[in-house]
Amino acid sequence: MSENFSAFLYLTAAVFFILALRGLSSAKTSIKGNVFGIIGMGVAIVAAFAMPKVSSYALTITGIIVGGAIGALVAKKIDMTALPQLVAAFHSLVGLAAVLVAAGAMSAPISFKIGTLGHIMRGSLVEIGLGTAIGAVTFTGSVVAFLKLQGLIGSKPLMLPNRHLINVSLGALILFALVLFVFTEGHFFFWVLASASFALGLLMILPVGGADMPVIVSMLNSYSGWAASGIGFTLNNTLLIVTGALVGASGAILSYIMCKAMNRSIINVIVGGFGNSDAFEDKAGSADEQRSVKQGSPEDAAFVMKNCSSLVIVPGYGMAVAQAQHALREMCNILKNNGVKVRYAIHPVAGRMPGHMNVLLAEANVPYDDVLELEDINRDFPSTDVAFVIGANDVTNPAAKNNPQSPIYGMPILEVEQAKTVFFIKRSMAAGYAGIDNELFFRDNTMMLFGDAKKVTEEIVKALES
Amino acid sequence: MYHVQSVFHKITDISGELSDAAAMLTAINLTSIGGCSQFMWGLTVFVLACFVGYYVVWRVTPALHAPLMAVTNAISSVIIVGAILAAGQAESTFAKTVGFLATVLVSVNIFGGFLVTKRMLAMFQKKDK
Repeated sequence: MSENFSAFLYLTAAVFFILALRGLSSAKTSIKGNVFGIIGMGVAIVAAFAMPKVSSYALTITGIIVGGAIGALVAKKIDMTALPQLVAAFHSLVGLAAVLVAAGAMSAPISFKIGTLGHIMRGSLVEIGLGTAIGAVTFTGSVVAFLKLQGLIGSKPLMLPNRHLINVSLGALILFALVLFVFTEGHFFFWVLASASFALGLLMILPVGGADMPVIVSMLNSYSGWAASGIGFTLNNTLLIVTGALVGASGAILSYIMCKAMNRSIINVIVGGFGNSDAFEDKAGSADEQRSVKQGSPEDAAFVMKNCSSLVIVPGYGMAVAQAQHALREMCNILKNNGVKVRYAIHPVAGRMPGHMNVLLAEANVPYDDVLELEDINRDFPSTDVAFVIGANDVTNPAAKNNPQSPIYGMPILEVEQAKTVFFIKRSMAAGYAGIDNELFFRDNTMMLFGDAKKVTEEIVKALES
Repeated sequence: MYHVQSVFHKITDISGELSDAAAMLTAINLTSIGGCSQFMWGLTVFVLACFVGYYVVWRVTPALHAPLMAVTNAISSVIIVGAILAAGQAESTFAKTVGFLATVLVSVNIFGGFLVTKRMLAMFQKKDK
C-alpha cells in the first residue's frame, strides 16, 4: 500500500474521531458517536498493519487479543462508582505506552524513518524526549490518582518537606537530560530523562487532596493526549497529532470547568494541599461550640415531602458510596405519583470526575430530563418547597457566598438554603470533604437526618408507603 | 459480492486520485520548504486540531462529560499505530519487545474505553423513551 494511501486512511480515522466527539453533544447522537470512534480506531489499526516496515503480525495480534480481552472484561465488570479510578488507570496505560513507543523509536530509527542508529535527526530526538517526558509524568501521576481514588493510599495530601525545591530540581534534571540526549543520542540520558519524569509525576500528584481529584483526573486526561501528540511528531503521523490535540484540548477544557466549579486555579490545585491545612482544623475546632441543630426522623421527612409540591434532590458522592441511588429513585417515584414535582440538581464537582454523578443517576434510571445543572436549577430554589441533600456537603455551604474567610469562598454553590425546608442526610456532624463546617446545618429551616444515606432513604420509602 | 467489489474498486479509485493529489502537494511542500518541513507540517496540523478540539468539546453536554473522558481516553490509544510499527519491524529486538508491551497496554485501553463508554451511553438512552 502506498504511503499516501496510508496517509489517507489516517485522515479518515481522524475525521471519525472528530465525529465521535461531536456525537457527544446530545445523548441521542452519542451512541452513533461511539461507533464512529470504534470505526476510526479500526481504520487506524488497519493502516498501521499496512505500513511497509511492519513485517510480522503474530506478535502484535496476540498483544491486541490479550489486551483487548483484559480491557473488555474490566469494562464489563466495573462498578460505575469506580469509574474515576478506572479512567485514571486507563490514562496511566497511555502514558506508559508513549514511553515504550518512544524507546522503540529510539532503538529502531530506520523503521521509524527518523535516521539511523547513532544518527537520528535532532528534531526527532527532541520529539522523542518530549513525548517520553509527558508520557512518563502521565503514567506515574495517573497511578497515584488511581491509588488515591481506589483508597489504596490515603486521599489526604502528602506534603514532603521542600517538595517545591525537589520538583524544580527534577524539572531541571529532565531538561538537562533532554539536552544531552538530543546532542549525544545516548540511551543512558533517555533513561535518566524517563526516570526523572516518572519521579516528577509521582511528586506532582501525591500532594493533591481527594477533593481536587476531578481536576486531576481531567488534567491527566489532557496529558495523555499531549503525550500521544508528542509521539505523533516523532512518527510524523498526522493521525496521532490530531487525536492527541483533540484529547489534550478536551482534558484541558474539563480541567478548566472543574477549577471554575471550585473557584480554584489550576496552579493552586497542583501546588496542592487543599483540605488539610491546620488553619481549617483550628477553625473547625473553635466553631465546635455546640450550636443546636434540628434533628428529624425519616417519618417526619416522609410526611413533609408527601405534602409538598416541589422537591429538589441534591446528590453528592456520599450517595454513591452508600449505594443509595436506587432507593432514592424509588422514593422519587412514589412522590411523583403523589403529584410532587421532583428534580435533581447536580454540581459540576458532585462526583469524583466530570459528569460522574450524571452517570450514577442514569444507572439508577433517573430520567435524563429531571437532572439539571447548577446554573439551570439555582434560580428555582426560592420557589422550591423541599431541598433534599444526600451525600453532598461543601457544594451547598453558604459560606462560599458570604464568608470571605472560608477556604471555599467564591465557589459556586447550589443555593439550597433558599428552599422552604432543607433535609440534610448525614452520617454525623463531622466536617465535609474540604474539612470545613457547614452553617446550613444550624439554620431554622434545616432538618438533619442522621444515618447511612441508603438506610435513611429506605426508611423514608417505607414511611411513604405506609 | 460483485456489488461490494465494485464499490470497493470505486473507493480505491477515488482514494487513488486523492492520494495522487496529496502526493503532488507533499512533493511541492518538501521541495519548497526543505528540511524542517515535516515538523512545520505537523505543527500546522497540531494547532488546527487544537482549535477543532476546543470547539467540538465545548459543545459536549455537561451530562456526558464522563463518557467524553472515557472516549477521549480510548481514542488517545491510537498511539497503537506506533506500537504496531515497533512490534512489527525487524530492526531491533528491544523495540519489538517494548512495542509488544505497548500494544497490550493500549489494547486494554481501546477495548475497555469504548466498551465502558458504550455501557454508560446505554444508561442515558433508556431515559429518552
